[in-house]
Amino acid sequence: MSYEPKTTQEVADGLAAHGYLADEGLVTAVFLALTLHRPLFLEGEAGVGKTELAKSIARWQDAELIRLQCYEGIDAAQAVYDWDYSRQLLHLRAAEASGEAAQSGTAELEGQLYDERFLLKRALLRAIDHGHATPPVLLIDEIDRADDEFEAYLLEVLSDFQVTVPEIGTFRTDNPPIVILTSNRTRDVHDALKRRCLYHWVEHPSFDREVEIVRMRVPEASEVLARQVAGAVEALRAINLYKPPGVAETIDWAAALGRLGITEIDETVLDRTLGTVLKYREDHSRVRDHGIAGVVQQAFDRGLLHG
Amino acid sequence: MASFTVESNPDRLAVGFARVLRRLDIATPLDSVLTFINALSLVGIDDRQSVYWTGRATLVRRPEDIAMFDKAFNVFWEHRESVEADEEEQLKVTLALDSEEEEGSADGNADASDEPTITLRFSGVETLRDKDFADYSNDEMQQAQMFMQSLRVAGPPRPSLRMKPTRARGKRPDMRATVRASLAASGEPMRRHWVTKGDKPRRIVFLLDISGSMEPYARALVRFVHAGVAGRQRVEAFTLGTRLTRITRELSSKDPDRALRAAGENVRDWSGGTRLGETLRLFNNEWGVRGMARGAIVVVLSDGWDRGDPIVLAEQMERLHRVAFRIVWVNPLKVTPGYAPLARGMAAALPYVDDFVEGHSLDALEQLTKVINHA
Repeated sequence: MSYEPKTTQEVADGLAAHGYLADEGLVTAVFLALTLHRPLFLEGEAGVGKTELAKSIARWQDAELIRLQCYEGIDAAQAVYDWDYSRQLLHLRAAEASGEAAQSGTAELEGQLYDERFLLKRALLRAIDHGHATPPVLLIDEIDRADDEFEAYLLEVLSDFQVTVPEIGTFRTDNPPIVILTSNRTRDVHDALKRRCLYHWVEHPSFDREVEIVRMRVPEASEVLARQVAGAVEALRAINLYKPPGVAETIDWAAALGRLGITEIDETVLDRTLGTVLKYREDHSRVRDHGIAGVVQQAFDRGLLHG
Repeated sequence: MASFTVESNPDRLAVGFARVLRRLDIATPLDSVLTFINALSLVGIDDRQSVYWTGRATLVRRPEDIAMFDKAFNVFWEHRESVEADEEEQLKVTLALDSEEEEGSADGNADASDEPTITLRFSGVETLRDKDFADYSNDEMQQAQMFMQSLRVAGPPRPSLRMKPTRARGKRPDMRATVRASLAASGEPMRRHWVTKGDKPRRIVFLLDISGSMEPYARALVRFVHAGVAGRQRVEAFTLGTRLTRITRELSSKDPDRALRAAGENVRDWSGGTRLGETLRLFNNEWGVRGMARGAIVVVLSDGWDRGDPIVLAEQMERLHRVAFRIVWVNPLKVTPGYAPLARGMAAALPYVDDFVEGHSLDALEQLTKVINHA
């Protein structure tokens, strides 16, 4: 059976040990997902660390991470299983060449063809038919990109953790995977699917947590720099930007500054490295209109260790 | 839960809390409550913070509901501040709907004399066809609605990534079907099968301006939008006023009166002022540019009067234009003799509009349907 944490603290420590600092809400959600064996549905802005969470859980549990990236038009052949047609055809030709095809009837030939060795298992089937003691972590990424037909299918798989391949039989597991679904909310995912899951809306981290995250992920950044970076990002999020920077951008930025050998943020530095944080031309001009000096000032104030 | 005895049974607490949430219109199905109870038994009810996050994980499914949930939580678990004391007073405005009695009596007439009434009604619509919505009576609105429901807003197809079988050769091979077929020929792939890309209707997004200046038209246009939303999956609808409100869920009810009433209750600023650019920015940030408007046909129904800064509107229209397949602007005032897009907002938006059409009468809406379907 899969591992069940006893307390929420255990979850927080486990994730932290593998590079993910989660706040109390997310920790509770993960704790419940692991103990109630429910899928966890994460929504939030791009770059707040939804996908990273699944990876960290896999590292922490020492489990295989099976990722299903959703896209428009994804169907069962890409998500569940498909047959290896080229090998099937080769098998048929071989049977024909050896005269076996003529001897055995069509039914027998068909039985050989639709055998498990010609079955290509895709993410969902692999997550069910895993055969490990530790169940894998199944990450269903950006479910909002798939169309609703696929959602209905997913609902079926996630409620019973079984997949039926008509030619072979039913695959099921009593050791179901840990399932994480993420959505960027480009459309509403159907309520029936959400109801099957635990739900958490992932927010940008608080200032202190973000400093900790930077310190953990970019160890070469000094505490002052980490505080300044988090402070500047906090200031940027307060300006009305099209795409406020996420945690991923904060980490990238701190790493970039570290690589450039910069120890403190000033106006020139901010102006030059803005591209690692903001990815829209309009956002750049908005920051410049708003005043780079203001952002730097806030970064500086936040950088002070005691005050 | 009105009793003042201290309730410590977690199950009863959970059920009571669920009832509070339901009263606040947060959908709280029974299975979620059961999950909540289950989860509480693991987390315990001693630490308020854990109870809060447990509730958030099991009972909330939409970020819009979080604020309401927080209020309910404070009242129920912390006995703090009342739910009623909302800082911004919620104006419950209902759409001006034609009363149901009228509908009843009209049906009664139809029963009394079969055929003539129907033709009469039909000709009724005929005379209405080019009448300006602003001059409509409630009765006429009812008739017009029937006509609008007959307009099929479908949107043009676009290639989908889903494959479908085809007879045409030379597309992508359909291996699954080919292998199947070759079994019959003792393994010789004699008959080859093919697949090609399927078609899928484009998403349509309606943005309906409900500011004061649009009032005479908004009543009619919301019915048109409803006719477009009901029964289709890939249509979204929003109202633009002092704020942005998504009304897709409300309008998806097949019964138009119920749908309109639900939408009216949800929209708080019916006939308020507009800051078109600001609300469009909200739309772009929260929904449009994130994906909803990508490759979609965006239909803006507005007279283009904007109290805000026209530069903001132009900027947002440009953003929208970059992701949308086509932007159709429906302006009921366009038909006014000597009309030139004098409204500052309209002038700012026009460069980014692909089709600029009228929307003041049934004829105009029929025309609009054609524009949308053949965009």
